[in-house]
Amino acid sequence: MTNAKDERRPAGELEAGVLAVLWAAGTPLTPAEVQAALPHDPARTTVTTTLARLHDKGIAGRRRQGRGYAYFPVQDAPGLTALRMHSELERDADRETVLARFVAHLSPDDERLLRDLLDAEEQ
Amino acid sequence: MTALLLLPLLLPLVAPALARRTARRLAPAPALWVLTLAALALAGGSLTALGALVLTGLLKVPAFASLGELVHPLRTPWDAVAVPSAAAAAGLLAVGGWTLTRSAVRQARGLRAAHTEAARRPAAGDLCIVDSPRPDAYALPGRPGRVVITTAMIRSLDAAEREVLFAHERAHNTYRHHYFLAAAELAAHCHPALRPVRDAIRYAAERMADEAAAATVGDRRLTARAIARAALASSAHRSGRPAVVPAATAGPVPRRVAALLTGPPPRRHRVTPWIALLLAACATASVGATATGMADLHHEVEVAQGEIAR
Repeated sequence: MTNAKDERRPAGELEAGVLAVLWAAGTPLTPAEVQAALPHDPARTTVTTTLARLHDKGIAGRRRQGRGYAYFPVQDAPGLTALRMHSELERDADRETVLARFVAHLSPDDERLLRDLLDAEEQ
Repeated sequence: MTALLLLPLLLPLVAPALARRTARRLAPAPALWVLTLAALALAGGSLTALGALVLTGLLKVPAFASLGELVHPLRTPWDAVAVPSAAAAAGLLAVGGWTLTRSAVRQARGLRAAHTEAARRPAAGDLCIVDSPRPDAYALPGRPGRVVITTAMIRSLDAAEREVLFAHERAHNTYRHHYFLAAAELAAHCHPALRPVRDAIRYAAERMADEAAAATVGDRRLTARAIARAALASSAHRSGRPAVVPAATAGPVPRRVAALLTGPPPRRHRVTPWIALLLAACATASVGATATGMADLHHEVEVAQGEIAR
């Protein structure tokens, strides 16, 4: 089943969503499992096409499973370089000024407040 | 009338209180514009005023006065302290210039590192995933803009919450928030009182992206939950670091979450633009005072040069 919103969704956004699902899973996933994990219920064929495209780009690997494939994210070979770049970024606290970060750091009071808000939300 | 040039140095002092209220009460998008434009105007006014102080002080020194072809002494309302105040202004300009350069170099380095990191991997759409144990996510400006997210952050959120995060970061890139953040940073180095204004600008940009994300996923509560959980996940990872001093007021993240939970902006916003108008008036006054003061200074210099009669 495909909803109208999903058809308007650019292919790039779907690729991003699919890749995130693969990374979050930790084990290889079949297209059906990826489809189930995506929140906006895209068509199975769309998911399969997207996974094949990620595989073509070398971002996802796959192995035979039953009649189809199970996909997993590919770690880039020089993963250490990425890690080093990342710690370099981490060192410059100033970067949050142009690199708009999702969340700023929290004070202990902020943490307590957030937990309270989440708890209140769940009740 | 040259005393008007002191006004642009004093006006930024009222900006923090106005900026905080503007960021809290105005809808995020107009707040972002008003705050950024006001910060730039106030920063420009304060820089010009400092420059004018330096210039007047220099023209009091005989060597520079002859260089400026002054035939009469330059008259200012602060004749007695012209040279010391010029020295102080020069000092402030130097400090501001130095911290600004340092910040610009750091940010350029950070951006370059982030771009190198993103360019190393083929993109899945606009997403760049970094394999790291630290939960982190940010928008990387550029053409095209990217969303960078670490594997730890991906695993801290469920699929629906990740959609919120993507929508949030894409909004930063779509609305080119990095220009606003850069302007805020620039202003903060021009006058110390503009630092809280920079924080208000950052907050407005985050709020705008939060609202855009809530509109994309169509769920304010989900958006609030995603932000709260992401913040707690990054905070848990940092717990080994020395604790920051507890803030008297809630930091930006709880305020963002609370703003989303309290529902869509109510109608009362029709009343609150008064605060924004006050801030805009403050910025306009600064620009006006600077322009008038500079015109007056120019006149005084021409008088001292003997080109026109008093």
